[in-house]
Amino acid sequence: MSDQRISGESNPPPEPEGMSRRSFLRNSAVFASGLAAVAAGLSPLLDIENFPSLQEFMQKYYKEMTPEEMKKVLERIEREVERQYGIRPHVRDLKPLDGVEYVYCLNLTRCIGCRKCVHACVAENNQSRNPEIQYIRVLQMQNGSFDMEKAVHDYNPEKVPEKGHFYMPVQCQQCKNPPCVKVCPVHATWQEPDGITVIDYNWCIGCRYCEAACPYWARRFNFTQPEIPADRLNPEMDYLSNRPRSKGVMEKCHFCLQRTRAGRYPACLEVCPTGTRKFGNVLDPNSEVSYILKNKRVFIQLKEELGTSPRFFYYFDV
Amino acid sequence: MTTAIRNYCVFLGRCGRIAFVGDWRYYSWMGLLTVFCLLGLNAYCRQFAHGLVVTGMSDQVSWGVYIANFTFLVGVAAAAVMMVIPVYIYDNEELHDLVIFGELLAVAAIFMCLAFVTVDLGRPDRFWHLIPGIGQLNFPASMLSWDVIVLNGYLLLNVHICGYLLYSRYQGKKPAKWFYIPFVFIAIIWAVSIHTVTAFLYVGLGGRPFWNQAIIGPRFLASAFTAGPALIILALQVIRHVTKYHITDKALLTLRSIVQVAMIINVFLLLCEVFTEFYAGGLHITSSKYLYLGLHGYHKLVPWIWTAITFNLTAMVLLVLPVSRSLKWLNLTCVLCITGIWIEKGMGLVIPGFIPTPLGQIVEYFPTLNETLVCFGIWAFGLLCYTIFLRMAVPILQGDLSKANEREALAGTVAH
Repeated sequence: MSDQRISGESNPPPEPEGMSRRSFLRNSAVFASGLAAVAAGLSPLLDIENFPSLQEFMQKYYKEMTPEEMKKVLERIEREVERQYGIRPHVRDLKPLDGVEYVYCLNLTRCIGCRKCVHACVAENNQSRNPEIQYIRVLQMQNGSFDMEKAVHDYNPEKVPEKGHFYMPVQCQQCKNPPCVKVCPVHATWQEPDGITVIDYNWCIGCRYCEAACPYWARRFNFTQPEIPADRLNPEMDYLSNRPRSKGVMEKCHFCLQRTRAGRYPACLEVCPTGTRKFGNVLDPNSEVSYILKNKRVFIQLKEELGTSPRFFYYFDV
Repeated sequence: MTTAIRNYCVFLGRCGRIAFVGDWRYYSWMGLLTVFCLLGLNAYCRQFAHGLVVTGMSDQVSWGVYIANFTFLVGVAAAAVMMVIPVYIYDNEELHDLVIFGELLAVAAIFMCLAFVTVDLGRPDRFWHLIPGIGQLNFPASMLSWDVIVLNGYLLLNVHICGYLLYSRYQGKKPAKWFYIPFVFIAIIWAVSIHTVTAFLYVGLGGRPFWNQAIIGPRFLASAFTAGPALIILALQVIRHVTKYHITDKALLTLRSIVQVAMIINVFLLLCEVFTEFYAGGLHITSSKYLYLGLHGYHKLVPWIWTAITFNLTAMVLLVLPVSRSLKWLNLTCVLCITGIWIEKGMGLVIPGFIPTPLGQIVEYFPTLNETLVCFGIWAFGLLCYTIFLRMAVPILQGDLSKANEREALAGTVAH
């Protein structure tokens, strides 16, 4: 009160006895209603489900964990998945194989735009069904043009392919010079020695800078808690790939590393009915992808001029 | 030493107390801001519980009005330098006593910036991953890590300068030059850096042709030096009306010249950009087409950007004409500048960068009610902070709140 007098502002004359009690009551009333207002403001927090456990909150960065710490984390994730979905998963942390660099080749002459790859990917990689998250986007392109702004994303005819069009599935291009890795402020995404760019879902802060940086629109964000029906859950999981993600983090195609690092093909390749998709080790001169890159006369890296140098090649049968 | 700490605590205590004291206008203004803060807090809690799904953002347009406001406010913070330079480099007399109001505005603006970035995070609980030492700050590769460093550094610099000068004035001592002048000069360069780094956040993305242009950086600075001083003019007008603090017309007119020149440069740079985009043509201009003209029947941003251009051009004409020497017209001009540049830097720069997507898809964006409430909440919080800073600073500068009357003041409290 005294400061008010000093600063020369109008001040009611101090009242004698009795005032203190009244002002006490008034102050308490103001204080109580203030508290109530703050509590009302905070009330939506009561809706929170799956509050991160202390272990999860304190979890170290992937590259800094010792094998023992990793083992504990994998066990914790198995417990959490079991609690949420009622299925005990098998969560591994497969390391990149020596002397392997993966490359994808996609034959644009063969693709018919059936989107089987899209759905096989969703099933294999435990992507959210609500809201829908898909790593592969198939573009219906007009014959004679490579202009993606003329592409149709939501084509839905009775039968594919439609005349006058070709189809171009786009997913993470696993760039040699990935802009997403460069921009991430916390190293939550990086390129592995086998060429796969991965995300530590427990380290991502959800700033979505990588999503803005990606020239291929390959990254997806969990805008809310992902929903997967328990009976659709794929229990064969890996830490860096298809284990269930939480709300608020990024995800994207990782060449099905839970399969490919164990010597299998990616799910999108396996399901393709036309043999459009080819995958393999480019360091092995006898691999199918090496043959394609050596012998096919036309192949395309999307947006080559950006210098991202994708490990994903589109080619035509000429 | 202990007395020094004790004295400083008394100072802080008196500053804290005065923030709760004022006339009815002060109480209603603060009450209104508090209501908006609480509404914003409530909306943010809803977002925290359900995720960013409560916003209008999507995988296609993955940044929205939060990052737009952030970008604008970094400019406001940087603009304090436009008062610092005349005072400390050109020894401008008129602005000398007012420069601190600009620096305090910078502090409040940085608070808002940090709040806007935080509410944009999907996992704010993991913010500690950004802290060097315990986290993994990707410095120097990520421009966002640069932004974290320069924004926090700028905050510390300004808090130090304002805090030290005010405390010296409170004690009735002449501030020691070596203890603040070097920081003032560092802050000048630093102010330019915060807005340049923020521009580079966008400019550095090769996959987004709308942002990937060298002119974005200079445009950021020009627009910041328009909107920032315009905001300071309005703040000074308010201070002049509600306190007895003496602010000359000449000081306001000096700021007017700054806004005038900055706005002319800003409009010129816009012209350069629009010409380069549309005259040469090509495929990379689709975002600009979407922004200015609409694309394939989608044109949600068109009314926004034309409003901004109309406001900016009108403001420029008013600033050039002698009519804006009259303070009423100057106020109107400042409002036009601030609104025009807020739209241009926000909806006009951040959103069209995402439309169409790199795969050619057009998905439009509009903020939801919840998102808007969070924004209002943060703005109210920033204004609340700035009002409190002024409530403390004005009596200190006037000598009403000083060490000299400390004893009377404390005795007065005891008597009650």
